[in-house]
Formats: sequence, C-alpha cells, structure tokens
Amino acid sequence: MADVRDVIVIGSGPAGYTAALYAARARLNPLVFEGSVTAGGALMNTTDVENFPGFPDGIIGPDLMDSLRKQAERFGAELVADDVTEVDLAATPKIVTTHRDMHRARTVIIATGSAYRELGVPGEKRLSGHGVSWCATCDGFFCRAHDIAVVGGGDSAMEEATFLTRFARSVTIVHRRDSLRASKIMQDRAMSNPKITFAWNSVVTEVLGEDRVTGLRLEDVITGTERVLPVTAVFVAVGHDPRSELFKGQLATDPDGYLLVEQPSTRTAIPGVFACGDVVDRTYRQAVTAAGTGCAAALDAERWLADQDHETPTLSGRKSTT
Amino acid sequence: MSAASKEVTDATFESDVLKNSKPVLVDYWAPWCGPCRQVGPVLEELAQEYGDKIEFVKLNVDENPRVTQTYGILNIPTLSVFKDGHVAKSIVGAKPKSALLRELADFI
Repeated sequence: MADVRDVIVIGSGPAGYTAALYAARARLNPLVFEGSVTAGGALMNTTDVENFPGFPDGIIGPDLMDSLRKQAERFGAELVADDVTEVDLAATPKIVTTHRDMHRARTVIIATGSAYRELGVPGEKRLSGHGVSWCATCDGFFCRAHDIAVVGGGDSAMEEATFLTRFARSVTIVHRRDSLRASKIMQDRAMSNPKITFAWNSVVTEVLGEDRVTGLRLEDVITGTERVLPVTAVFVAVGHDPRSELFKGQLATDPDGYLLVEQPSTRTAIPGVFACGDVVDRTYRQAVTAAGTGCAAALDAERWLADQDHETPTLSGRKSTT
Repeated sequence: MSAASKEVTDATFESDVLKNSKPVLVDYWAPWCGPCRQVGPVLEELAQEYGDKIEFVKLNVDENPRVTQTYGILNIPTLSVFKDGHVAKSIVGAKPKSALLRELADFI
C-alpha cells in the first residue's frame, strides 16, 4: 500500500513539531496536520518565552514556533495547515480524515495540545470581542490608559498581567485563592509591579456591560460579599483543557480529558498510537516538556514500526486473530 | 502570510471599503498578534476561492488608529464584513476555515 504513511502527526505545538523533526530524521516521512488556525499551538499567543533552554535572552513565542516548524520541514516533514475532523485509530492502517481528504498511516502521534478554559459566567460569551479576551499580546494594545483585570493565578496570568502594564493604567489580578500557583520569578515580578494589585479569594460571577465590558462582579469566597470591579477589559487566564474530543470513544482519558499513556513511554492503549505534549500532561505543561515528549513519541513510533517490520513474517497469522 | 490580500489604511478605507460595490471583509490585524498570523493563510485561501463574491482586505491596527477606533475594535484578529458602507457581520478571533465558511454563508 504505497499511500500508507509510516507516521501521521496531529498537532503542531512544540510537541508536534519535535515529533515531526525526529520522525523526519528517522526517514519516516511524517505528514503533519498543523490545524488551520492553531498552527504553532499555545506559544503563538505569548510574547517572550524566557524559559526555553538555549535562548539566554528569551525568544518571541511565534518566532520560536516558526523555527521549530522550519527545522521539522528542513528534514522532510510534510506540513499541512488543515484540521483533522475524524480518526479511526483501531483500523489497520489507521485513518485520519480532514476537510479535504482521507489519509492512512501505520502510526499516529497525537499532539493536539490544550484549549484555553472559559470562566463560564454570564456576560462572558456576549462580551467576547468587546473587552473579554484570552490573548493579552493581541488585545493589550487596545487597553491604553485603561483599568483592566486579569483572572487567574498561574504563570500565564502573571505573564499577561505584567505584559499588560505596558499599556494599562492599572491591572487587577483576580484570583480565587490567597496564594498563587505561578512560579516564584513570575510572582515576584507581578507583585513588585506598582500597576498591579490583587483581588484575593475572589471569583468572577458576571462580566458586566451592555455592548462593551464595564466591570466585573466579584464574589469574596470567604465572606460571600459581592462587589463590582470597574474595568474596561478582562483577560481570562484560568487554565487550559486538553483537546482530546477527537479521540473520544477510541482512547481512554482521565476524568478531566487528558489522554492516558503508558508512562514513561508515550504509548496509548492502541498499538501504533502515541500521544505527547499538553493533551497528555496535566502536571508540567511547559514548552520544553512538550518538546521532550514529542521527541519520545517519535522514537516510540520508530521503534514500534521497526518491531512490526521485524515480526510481521512470523506473527502475521496470529495478528489477525487478535 | 502572503501579500495577496490588499492592505487598506485610514486614508483608503472610505474608497476601498465603504464605497466598494462588493461586500468587503476587513481583517484587523497587527504584526505582533500570533493568532492573526495563524488566520492569515486561511483568509488567503478564502480570498482565492471566493474573491469574486467578496473582497478580502487587511488593516494594520497599529498604523491605522482612526478606523480602528471608529469601529471600536478591542480584540484582534477581528474580521468585519462591510456591505453598502455598514458592518454586516463581525467575527472575533482566529477560527478554522470551516467555521469561517459557516459564518460567511450569507455573503458567498
């Protein structure tokens, strides 16, 4: 079957591109579905990436992704900016369908990453694009001299808040607890910034405004009291959820939707299907750990293919009965 | 992002967009916006396929504050379809081609 690929990679963040790079260098001629508007993954929404090893002065997120992409392409990865709409992982060979056509492969590497989480409160959807944003680097520009809010307590929230002080008059970080999950350096940076204040133990219960954000309704989780925080924009950084819906019913997930693999390998329960990056990782979620597991997935796939080729003559009869 | 889509500016907005006899999709973007980079190629594809029905242009919000403020743009990418000088549709955020096609069904 000449049109059956050795490897298809679904996804294009640090995990997907690194898997593609290693698979390409193993001469496995990988086909990579980058996604039509998600190419590059989560780092496309960031500015300075300061913790990717090898870049002592930091690197701009989209530039890092451009480089990873080019590096994979240089060794022969075939990159397609299309979305996968359906997969049949149990089939032999495995089937991956996009809007345009159908592809077959002996192995599939899943690196679909995660999607930002919404607050799920009244007003959020309606005012999305009218002051509610998930991308500080995109929309901070429109907040010149405004009072704005960032919701969340992790590294993303601290990074966004610090970045937004370039434009905003004040930034209030709304966090549901009284301590932060963010790394120490990011916390220190936010806490020492005179433009940043914290609304501790507070959750957003409503985004206020008719056709544009005018404020947030906050509830104090300890006292139960409500107050209105007048802001013209709110940046939501309350975390991410794994993008695993495409594989529902085929691959097992934990209760939060993270794909399960046989750690420390990247093997899923289906032979020849491997998963890496943020769609698997609920613990670390770093660009460099995603790249690391992307590498592991390509090596796992390479070994699996080699084993198959080695075993096929003797096991072909037995395989059909399983 | 190729240069296939025409750039419009504060100066050319009226003639290129508002007085255009065809519907015009304005892609509000900026060079520092990652999702704008991502949606760019999708728009180029749409422009090639549906360019006869709807004109695709882009406006750099960094360099063209007047139009950006007039239309109250607060998030990018924002895609606005202008018909007969008025905003007929606005789509906020980078969306996949299939979703954009659904949103633009009335115009293509």
